[in-house]
Amino acid sequence: MQTVKIVVTGPFSAGKTEFIQSVSEIDVVSTERKITSEAERIKATTTVAMDFGRITVGEDLVLYLFGTPGQRRFDFMWEILSEGMLGFIVLIDSTRPETFREGRSILETFKAYAPTPYVVAANKQDLPDAWELDDMRIALRLQDHVKLLPCVATDKETVKKVLLELLYSVLAEMDANETG
Amino acid sequence: MALKGNLRDFTITQLLNLINLARKSGTLFIEGPAEKAQVSFRQGKLSYAHVAGEDDSLATILYRANKITAAQHRTIKARAGKMSDKELGLLLINANYITQQDILASLQAYFVSVVQRLFTWVEGFFHFENGVTPPDGKITIRMSLENLIIEGSRQMREWEHLQSEIPSLDMALKFTDRPGTNLRNVNLSVEEWRVVSYINPKNSIRQIARTTQMNDLEIRRIVYGLLQAGLVELVRPQGTSPKLKPSLPGKTREEQKSLVNRLIGRIRSL
Repeated sequence: MQTVKIVVTGPFSAGKTEFIQSVSEIDVVSTERKITSEAERIKATTTVAMDFGRITVGEDLVLYLFGTPGQRRFDFMWEILSEGMLGFIVLIDSTRPETFREGRSILETFKAYAPTPYVVAANKQDLPDAWELDDMRIALRLQDHVKLLPCVATDKETVKKVLLELLYSVLAEMDANETG
Repeated sequence: MALKGNLRDFTITQLLNLINLARKSGTLFIEGPAEKAQVSFRQGKLSYAHVAGEDDSLATILYRANKITAAQHRTIKARAGKMSDKELGLLLINANYITQQDILASLQAYFVSVVQRLFTWVEGFFHFENGVTPPDGKITIRMSLENLIIEGSRQMREWEHLQSEIPSLDMALKFTDRPGTNLRNVNLSVEEWRVVSYINPKNSIRQIARTTQMNDLEIRRIVYGLLQAGLVELVRPQGTSPKLKPSLPGKTREEQKSLVNRLIGRIRSL
């Protein structure tokens, strides 16, 4: 059996668990715990170790989706989860600009771990107070060549689109390495 | 109960506050990730500070503070090498080379710079030894800690902000390809120009800091400004191997591309 891993990361409450749940064929193996800190109580629970989803491609190939914990105090898990990843997705909540800086920091941290392709997904684009992608690109300081994709983590179709764009980037990098 | 612990749990600012309020006399020893330091206090006031391995002789401190010339510094080092700082200080004052006020102001500036450097240490073991005084022969000062504590709190906030913006100093910088950006049209300080002159994907930020003799806080401040202005971007240093390697099953490139195409097909069909 061959396995491939994609990591879904992003700030606290960006929607990583929902993102994986939308496409995983198994119930996401989640390590959620009740939030105790008042400051972080914008949702009832948070991921403390990882989320784990699966997509079976065939008898010989499985894609695993790993979601990282969003809170900085669990960042010791990030590098462990990144080992051997094919690529990673940085999920950002488009309605919470206060998390953009954290998103940038997470992106830089993961870029430093491994030279794998990545895309940035702007989640909650269906909400009225979501930032526009062009504005988010500037705020997140993303270069033009970095893919910034609209996303609604609970909508399977947009999640599929994000995953596909990441895989297209993987293919493009393989082609570039061949010609380079 | 011994006053000891880790800076992760009890910051330098908190330690200074405690020493100030308890009017403690003694020496605080700190073992950071890369350096060791000791800071002495008398009745809750700063009296002496030193980073291990650094030349903190009076002659060198006065030279760095531009109170004596390079030639005078060389002469003092050659002729008065074995003199203690107290003896040298008296000699210089009696010879009318320098005033007592100059000496105390230079020492204070140096000790403060050592303590300010400690504000950037977010990790490291510390212990406070009651009654331990600075090494014999060293000139001490008496400086209230309140201003240092306020400045330290400011720096800690700035440090946390900069650390989240630039999580690793092992990354390199490259100029962005933004059309119409010309560095000559940007007003940069001398320090910023020094950093800019070393920007190259081959040089990590840490290497630039070392070459330009800047501490972590100073280099992060400058890099942050350049990033904010959109003049540079963070990249992995050329020629370095990443900590983690991507892994894709399949021996040949064709097999690997076939796997990725299968993944694409499967996700499309979901």
